[in-house]
Amino acid sequence: MNVNQLSVFLENKSGRLAKVTRVLGERDINIRALSIADTTDFGILRLIVNKPEEAHELLKSEGFVVTQTEVIAVCIPDKPGGLAGVLAILEEAGINIEYLYAFVGNTNTKNALVIFRVEDCDKAVEVLKNKGVRVVDKEYVYTM
Amino acid sequence: MIWDEKYECMSRQDMRELQKERLREVVQRVYQKVPYYRQLFDRIGLKPEDIKELKDLEKIPFTSKETLRDNYPYGLFAEPLSKVSRVHASSGTTGKPTVVGYTRQDLETWAELIARVVVQAGVTREDVVQICFGYGLFTGGFGLHYGLEKMGATIIPASVGNTRRQMMLMEDFGTTALVSTPSYALYMAEVAKEMGINRENLKLRLGLFGAEPWSESMRDQLKSKWEITATDNYGLSEIIGPGVSGECLEFGGLHISEDHFIAEVIDPETGETLDYGEEGELVFTTLTKEAFPILRYRTKDISILREDPCACGRTTARMKKVTGRTDDMLIIRGVNVFPSQIESVLMEIKGVAPHYQIIVDRKGFLDNLEVLVELEEEMFTGSFRDLEAMEKNIQRQLSTVLSIDVDIKLVEPKTIERSEGKSKRVIDKRTLNG
Repeated sequence: MNVNQLSVFLENKSGRLAKVTRVLGERDINIRALSIADTTDFGILRLIVNKPEEAHELLKSEGFVVTQTEVIAVCIPDKPGGLAGVLAILEEAGINIEYLYAFVGNTNTKNALVIFRVEDCDKAVEVLKNKGVRVVDKEYVYTM
Repeated sequence: MIWDEKYECMSRQDMRELQKERLREVVQRVYQKVPYYRQLFDRIGLKPEDIKELKDLEKIPFTSKETLRDNYPYGLFAEPLSKVSRVHASSGTTGKPTVVGYTRQDLETWAELIARVVVQAGVTREDVVQICFGYGLFTGGFGLHYGLEKMGATIIPASVGNTRRQMMLMEDFGTTALVSTPSYALYMAEVAKEMGINRENLKLRLGLFGAEPWSESMRDQLKSKWEITATDNYGLSEIIGPGVSGECLEFGGLHISEDHFIAEVIDPETGETLDYGEEGELVFTTLTKEAFPILRYRTKDISILREDPCACGRTTARMKKVTGRTDDMLIIRGVNVFPSQIESVLMEIKGVAPHYQIIVDRKGFLDNLEVLVELEEEMFTGSFRDLEAMEKNIQRQLSTVLSIDVDIKLVEPKTIERSEGKSKRVIDKRTLNG
């Protein structure tokens, strides 16, 4: 159910990000969502791709430090206050968010997709579903 | 087993007598045969006859690396080239190399000394020894080669380079003992892992490491990564090359072949001779070398001497494992820092690969110490907090030991240059920028 996100350790030097994307592109792996967090020295690239296992092996063989992390993907109405509502539910349930990133997906659906990394994915999913929030499964994210 | 009981287990009294006799001889010989020493003695009014007791050695001025450079290439040879069978040279980091020579007898002596060192490190005639030292001007390859051959082990003269092939040889030829620099052995372990080599298919049981200073924590790494007994051996081309001293399996220091060399420890600042148990710079005098005798050579290596008996049965004095040099001491904002201190701290920290580089630079008017540390793949959780915590932890531990602030930079695995010979751990940009 939960989505597998790849985290890639990147030294802050030119060409590293370009290399990740090139390597994936050459293997016909599609990036669905990404986010970068960085300090002056290093960054962590977070990726959702359509073929996480294959991408993991590939990047590893290219010398990158990669790890997989479970995250949850939530469909949020693309309108003011949409994200606030979801955050309020998580706060109420005492679930800490380590990080999140969002992107506005297909414009026809009027939904935004938000990727959450929380301490307890399963609990978060349960809480959100009970409140009627649409949590999407990995196949949906990989193929959208 | 002891290779040469007569000399390695001689009583301290007999050893001193032997050294005294040989010292008198060598002083006479260099005075007669090496113009540099004759002029030096004459200038300070010292006569070879003045050197009667071991204590008199202190009257002789030191010889330094600069002396070798000034007399490049053959100026300090005590024999004509017709009697010199081989030359070796050490790469000078600045300018010309320093050149040393060996007569047939010197090569014989050298092989004997290496035989002692390898036997005390546990090598037997049954062993298959892979020598991953360069065969060339560097003394490491040929030095170990002829000593091991004399001792009777089976040698694989693999030399340096092509690490994957080295690993193939190790696996297919059934190597039981590895001769290399400690940093190269760590690199080989990494390559072995990459290649998916199964430890059970290797017969390796011994590692004989030398040619660069290394810490006890590095020894622990080598032992755990390779599952071997790891010993240190020491030497420098100016004295003879490897074979000056080596560890026995009691690990209480490196036994010095004192029938061929007199070891002293001096205060590097004042030049004053220090007692057993005191830390200072090692100084060697060769007693039997024919082609290239040298008096009181300053090694710049820091050690401590001891002469208490060793449980292995050898009676020769021992020197503490060299972990630093007087010239690799960095002075950062007025604080003395040795790369070996940094190495020791890093090796103790989980999740850090045993590869690092120290970069000293000047930011504004202040010295800045940056340590590049390779992240180990297993330690990457994908969490930013974990990485930052790790950086802070390394930073805190280093700052505590060094008592100055240190910048840590985590870098991707296998990005710090691997060396097949002596590794280059320190880049001091202050000197480059003038």
